Amino acid sequence: MIKSPVLARAVCVIGLASSAVIATLPAYAADKLTVVSWGGAFQEAQRKAFFEPFAKETGTDLTEGEWNGETAKIRAMVETKTVSWDVVVGGAVIQLCAAGILETINWDKLGYDPEKFPAREECAVPASGAAAIIAYDKEKFQDGPTTITDVFDLEKFPGKRGLNKRAYDNLEWALIADGVAPSDVYDVLSTEEGVDRAFAKLDTIKRDVVWWESGAQPAQLLADGQVVMSSAWNGRIYDAVKTSGKPFQIMWDAAIMSYDYYVIPAGAPNIDIAYKFISFALAPERQAHMADLIPYAPSNPDATALVDEKILPYLPTAPENSANSFDRDEEFWADHSDDLEQRFSAWLAQ
Amino acid sequence: MQTALAPTSAKPSSKAGGVPLRMQLKQAERRRKLNSFALALPLLLFMMIAFILPLGKMMLKAVHDDTLNALMPRTTEALSTWEAEGLPEEHVYAALAADLKQLSEHKSVGKVSLRINYELPGAASRISSTARKVASLSSGPYKGALIEINPIWGGRDIWGVLKRGNADYTGFFLLRSVDLEYSADGSIVATPTEKAIFREVLLRTVGISLGVTAATLVLAFPLAYFLATLRDRSRNLLLIIILVPFWTSVLALTSAWVVVLQDYGVINQVLMTLRIISEPTPLIFNRIGTVLAMTHIQLPFTLLPIFSVMKSISPSYVRAARSLGAGPFYAFWKIYFPLTLPGVAAGCLLTFILCLGYYITPALVGGPRDQMVSNFVALFTNQQLNWGMASALGAILLVMTLIIYLVFNKLLGVNKINMG
Repeated sequence: MIKSPVLARAVCVIGLASSAVIATLPAYAADKLTVVSWGGAFQEAQRKAFFEPFAKETGTDLTEGEWNGETAKIRAMVETKTVSWDVVVGGAVIQLCAAGILETINWDKLGYDPEKFPAREECAVPASGAAAIIAYDKEKFQDGPTTITDVFDLEKFPGKRGLNKRAYDNLEWALIADGVAPSDVYDVLSTEEGVDRAFAKLDTIKRDVVWWESGAQPAQLLADGQVVMSSAWNGRIYDAVKTSGKPFQIMWDAAIMSYDYYVIPAGAPNIDIAYKFISFALAPERQAHMADLIPYAPSNPDATALVDEKILPYLPTAPENSANSFDRDEEFWADHSDDLEQRFSAWLAQ
Repeated sequence: MQTALAPTSAKPSSKAGGVPLRMQLKQAERRRKLNSFALALPLLLFMMIAFILPLGKMMLKAVHDDTLNALMPRTTEALSTWEAEGLPEEHVYAALAADLKQLSEHKSVGKVSLRINYELPGAASRISSTARKVASLSSGPYKGALIEINPIWGGRDIWGVLKRGNADYTGFFLLRSVDLEYSADGSIVATPTEKAIFREVLLRTVGISLGVTAATLVLAFPLAYFLATLRDRSRNLLLIIILVPFWTSVLALTSAWVVVLQDYGVINQVLMTLRIISEPTPLIFNRIGTVLAMTHIQLPFTLLPIFSVMKSISPSYVRAARSLGAGPFYAFWKIYFPLTLPGVAAGCLLTFILCLGYYITPALVGGPRDQMVSNFVALFTNQQLNWGMASALGAILLVMTLIIYLVFNKLLGVNKINMG
């Protein structure tokens, strides 16, 4: 202990002053970026393929976040001008774009030819394509479901099903199981009778459905034996099989392809770095690396050639998988999701 | 010494130190009140800012909605002369075209179509497509052209909605929260059955809360009695065992219940191994799982007030009753039980009000038919972006809770409640 009081006081003052100075030193060190994604195995793959390499290469201080598609958060942030997210990985967000909540993408800044990405939106850059498929436990069924009609057949395949707690995908599947051709699904769904028909078909299995909300749940529900088959994102099931050795099988009939997009909320704090990151993540070799980790179709067509050939059969775009699949009509859902989601939640509660 | 023991004269306010005693008393009282107020001021400010203000804003959002008034000023203004008979005049359609063109330029069509869609499901897509095509209409007559673009403009419903949008305040959200709505001519009618879910949901919320409160009371009362009669050491140990779930996060508890209640979870596996059942019993994603998990989580809330009141009841009362000839049950019922009522009331009220607002547990272990009001508030806030509805449901829940509290107060009196 310092005996002299004067010296002690001097040490205190110096300590306090230096701590104050250090606290006020501006963080010149690194650029910052906040990227928010879906979590689970998907985000882990993104971390290895994009986040960590980007942070290492550019020295950016990259913070990750998770969300579950709550567009209200983005809207609230933008409207109160307290945007803390720079890049968000989400589904089709045409409505948010129309409401001015997202930045319009400047493809020159990205340095890529927009024509290469036909799935692009005004405010969204395609990241990867995922398929909503039906997965089932091989050990529960000798011959599992082969068509989407089997999912609605409680006699042949008794037991609970897991379905996404949203209107999309489920209404399309209900119509296809009811006999509508996949190419006509959205026309039929645009009519009042078509919607009634879809809900009537869903009513037949309503009591045996467990509704999941987050992408990681289907694999968990299947593993727990809570459901015998479940709709899921194909990459999550692949990950469960590869990492945890689960006996899950994917049924590709009537798989619905949809994209995940990079979007930038309007007024994000680090827009330039956001563009740098998205540009980094669109590079063919990076996308191929991501596909190697979790089999989602890369959005950059140059990347497919670089994907590990062992992974190719698991991609949703592989010919044997996409034979009966179709793309989700995002325009249709941009127009109709308000009504259909309302009706769906009312139907669910009754 | 001498001044303090001044002789008490006939006059009550004897002057001591130049100030009458009554005034001194008043000053002292004022100072005391000021001190207490100053001590409580930080809490008061905190409550105002963090509690009352946000609540006030929420209640306001349930009735305040100027979307249509602000974004479609010409149309709502022009509709003020329309009497809801037949279709509006040409000038209203012209105003509509002008408004839609302006909205398209500012990318605000989405807000308007979303707002109208709350009242008229299906309208959103038609309004957006109209807005896209209206740019090609450079001059009138607009009425025929707009009806041709989309037949929705030839029906009275949407004009009714737009006419009501003339005010900054709307009763739409509150009405929908109790399954009522405006018809095209402005009168209040019941919502069609396929959309009418909220009365049932509100009743369900109250029902589940009552059920959980009763269950916790049945479990907590004997347990509290047992704890109150134990000796200190064993009592503390038991208390800690009961309090550990109290201190654990609700999410962790609920997830643990998911593991226990699953079809192939702990309970079902044990029952199947013991050959009591051959097929798993559904214990999760239904009412059983919800009430079970909520009872577990709420048990300490009911237990602790009852326990603390019981601790303070002297055992000599019951002994006195017995010594006067009362049977054991009679002594308990007439002497002991009424003394525990303040704690019982506190515990039950606390549990009931907490249960009304439960979200996580019904969301994780309940089925779609066990969702309480909070789930719909979350749905409207996060997914459907209908903050008016979320606020309205929240406001109704708040009012319901206040009414229940007032009734409770009338029956029992706040003074009687003893949290211990």
